[in-house]
Amino acid sequence: MMADRRWRWFHRLGSPPHVYSLAGRLAPWLGWIALILLLAGVVWGLVFAPPDYEQGDGFRIIYVHVPSAWLSLFVYTAMAVACAVGLIWRMKVAFAAAIAMAPLGAMFTFLSLATGSIWGQPMWGTWWAWDPRLTSQLILLFLYLGFIALNRAFPEQQTGDRASALLGVVGVVNVPIIHFSVDWWHSLHQPATIAQFGPPAIDTAMLIPLLITAVGFKLYFLWLLCLQLRSELLYRERRASWVKAEAGKIST
Amino acid sequence: MSEFFYMDGFAVWVWSAFGVTAVAMIFTAVGVLRRHRGQLRQIAQRHGETSPNEPRD
Repeated sequence: MMADRRWRWFHRLGSPPHVYSLAGRLAPWLGWIALILLLAGVVWGLVFAPPDYEQGDGFRIIYVHVPSAWLSLFVYTAMAVACAVGLIWRMKVAFAAAIAMAPLGAMFTFLSLATGSIWGQPMWGTWWAWDPRLTSQLILLFLYLGFIALNRAFPEQQTGDRASALLGVVGVVNVPIIHFSVDWWHSLHQPATIAQFGPPAIDTAMLIPLLITAVGFKLYFLWLLCLQLRSELLYRERRASWVKAEAGKIST
Repeated sequence: MSEFFYMDGFAVWVWSAFGVTAVAMIFTAVGVLRRHRGQLRQIAQRHGETSPNEPRD
């Protein structure tokens, strides 16, 4: 009885109509709060944060580079967990969530590489180097793209889900490699300044707008994840009775 | 004001980094919203016009 109640939320997350309507209710809140935080964080970071003593105003790239890099790892970890849940409990919603996340994660990975490249040019004098951090991050992009390609490669969605989920779970070893690459190997990339033991090695006046932008990025991701998941569930469950019932509520 | 856009000489890099981020995030959001709307329209067309009492096909 106890166990039943404790796991009810988990079972409800396995129900497509429940997740569909939950995502629909959450999406507008996430979207609007994300927009407010992103605007606030970017304006604060560009206008009010003090310039860096070494990099001057060039350091301001941090406000787009670091949140996208964090999200690229966060989304991959979440996707790997969804893949594992799908494989272990045969949960259809988990597979739908994984493929809903993949393009978003790929976009954040691309952004971290692009903005990092733009930052590297004036600071390191090069757009790209085959450096451990940069190379492992590029592999992350290929993992996302491989996941999407494998998921769509089979006529049976179920086969694609299971094959890509295996890749997703195995690929998660790359996440700690990326995070610790700057400590394990000699790297051009600077070591972690915030996710380290002890207080962050960054001025509070620079840190606050960074945290605001990072939360904004995360809510933006969750907003789009809700919408992606709804599209994915509608498509996958197009023959289910709940989708037919849902169609009656839509006014076009 | 022009000093703000000058970014201490890093204007090209700072603005292109923020620009590419804005473009990618807006582009992605528009794509996701369009897919969602398209999916809703599709199921409405498939099921919506058929009342439960008189199935059309």
